[in-house]
Amino acid sequence: MKTQNLNGIGRRTAVGAIALAAAGFALAQQPSGQPIRIGSTLALTGPLSATAQIHKLVGEIYVEQLNKRGGLLGRPVEWVVKDDQSKPDLARTLYEQLVTADKVDLLMGPYATGAILSAMGVAQRYNKVLVHHTLGIPSLAKYDMQFPAWSIGSDPATTVPNTLFDALAASPKPPKTVAVVTSKFPSIQFMSAGAREVLKKRGLTEVLFLEWDFGNRDFGPIANRVKDAKPDFVWVGAIGLEGNLLLDAMKKIDYAPPQHFYLYPAPGPLLASPDAKNALSATIFEAQPPFTSNFGAAEFVKLYTERAAKAGFSDTSVETQAAASYTAWQILEAGVVNTKSLDDKAIGTWLKANKVDTLQGKLRFDGTGNFGDDLMRIKQIQGGKWVVVWPKEVTSGGAKLIAP
Amino acid sequence: MSGFTLPSISLLSQSILSGIFVGALYGLMGLGLSLSWGLLRLINLAHFAFAFLAAYLCYQMATMGMDPLLTLAVIVPLFFALGAGLHWVMARFAVTPFNSLLLTFGLTGIAESVIQSIWTADFRKLESHYGEQKFKLAGLYIPVPELITLAVAIALAFAVWGVLRYTDLGRALRAAAQDGPVAAAFGVNEKALGLLLAGTCAALASIAGVCLALSFTLTPSQMYAWVGVVFAAVMLGGLGSALGPLVAGMLIGVSEAVTMAVTAPSWAPIVSFTLLIVILLFRPGKSA
Repeated sequence: MKTQNLNGIGRRTAVGAIALAAAGFALAQQPSGQPIRIGSTLALTGPLSATAQIHKLVGEIYVEQLNKRGGLLGRPVEWVVKDDQSKPDLARTLYEQLVTADKVDLLMGPYATGAILSAMGVAQRYNKVLVHHTLGIPSLAKYDMQFPAWSIGSDPATTVPNTLFDALAASPKPPKTVAVVTSKFPSIQFMSAGAREVLKKRGLTEVLFLEWDFGNRDFGPIANRVKDAKPDFVWVGAIGLEGNLLLDAMKKIDYAPPQHFYLYPAPGPLLASPDAKNALSATIFEAQPPFTSNFGAAEFVKLYTERAAKAGFSDTSVETQAAASYTAWQILEAGVVNTKSLDDKAIGTWLKANKVDTLQGKLRFDGTGNFGDDLMRIKQIQGGKWVVVWPKEVTSGGAKLIAP
Repeated sequence: MSGFTLPSISLLSQSILSGIFVGALYGLMGLGLSLSWGLLRLINLAHFAFAFLAAYLCYQMATMGMDPLLTLAVIVPLFFALGAGLHWVMARFAVTPFNSLLLTFGLTGIAESVIQSIWTADFRKLESHYGEQKFKLAGLYIPVPELITLAVAIALAFAVWGVLRYTDLGRALRAAAQDGPVAAAFGVNEKALGLLLAGTCAALASIAGVCLALSFTLTPSQMYAWVGVVFAAVMLGGLGSALGPLVAGMLIGVSEAVTMAVTAPSWAPIVSFTLLIVILLFRPGKSA
């Protein structure tokens, strides 16, 4: 005997109807029509290529996810990415090509400050929105329709050191003397200069200040100087592996800094170094609560970790670079979806007036240079992993800064 | 704090020692370049590419479990053949000294791309048991990899000097460099000597590369960071000289290290290159 519901429709009929509806819904989700083309460059070769590979993988994951959930405005999305060879001048030429020859619908920023500034010039010339990943010097962002995905605030040279020294002041052993050693790499040098100002204002004593040229070969003499200065705390204005190189040199003279901070280290290699115990750094995102509760974070962390391992990356964790890259795509998508258009002016206006929910939290773009809040947090190597230790509200499991 | 500071005795001593160690590497890298430039009249920029290729090969073989110093058994003959092969090509097409600079610059760029495509632009650090070893002598720390480099640099510089000065081969090489046709008239086989010398220069570059891998972190673009200072050591030490680049390299290394100890690391290149200019201007016999 067939079972009938109140309307007299059989169970099989109902199941069939639901299945048909689901299929119809799924079909409706499939993007169709001419693809929306988003153009960008990345440093796929050259000295910056190692980090740019992260951005490439993130872009591929995002576009794949985006197309799976229906693309943009119902159309599939195609990412046109060109190799700027780590050369800002080439990035400028390629962005010109993307706009004039490839006629892409939207632009996405490249990786690294020099290339971003080149792309920004082109975007400004053609009135295109440019969302970019990791511009290190906010004061150089003069274009009205550029949007930073790296939430370092408009004055990171003051706010980031302040966050760090707040964390140190609240630790069991606040430092009294500080050595500032730094690379002269542009986006590093001004941050270290800011740190010097901040520590002076806080009444700390600077016992050493040293600068080295980017690409420095020999960190031995710098290690000797730091050891000789006997600081309580060392601010290392390092980018990439410079921090590891300095630690190697320190080890050769049997010296371990009591407390040490690295500005933009290669996070994987620093974590792997036995000499980097309790090293501090800054981050906008770590794959741990509460960050993983942010918009899109949990799924992305899982996907990225799997795909990075498959791609043979030495470090498969999601941190600043991958997070900033993913955020950039989230910002662009939010602009298009909310304006329901590909009009750069409309997207730019909407982004300036609204907050965007991202991997890093809700971002705003109404501050100086379209920068919003400084969301840089302090993390420390504890027990073989990076742990966020400051501010308290973003720590997990009662993590605290260890001051040996 | 960024200006001049009076260093402590221990800082100064350790810095001088560091300068000697890094200077030995400058000298070792400069040895083959000096011989090539002075005796073959070829400015071989590919020398740096050979050194870095050897460093990466050493890294690769060491990660497969081979002792870094044992890798020399494979690397040295390989690079001897490469160097001799390159010289054969240059001799075949009668490349002039200036064109040799252009040609080898191009080869260096190609080598950088090859290294990058195989090992990527990421930094690579050779982890060996030598890297962990150091000892303390009179309050100074002496790292074993740097000590090995110093010993190798001194041994090779004296060995080459001995060969050039006291053997028939050395006399033939010097004669061919001074006046090829006349040397040939006396039975010197210039072509064979050229191949032998070019192979030796490349082999010396590969040994320098292995020493580089022992002490330094590798990245393809770093090869250009060595060009200026090694050229300075070669020019200061004298073209074709075996001991000169080592002495000059140490002088530059120590001057850089002391500069870094008393002022700032960013001043080091200024001091070393100023030293080069001053010595080139005022050294005896500069007009010769």
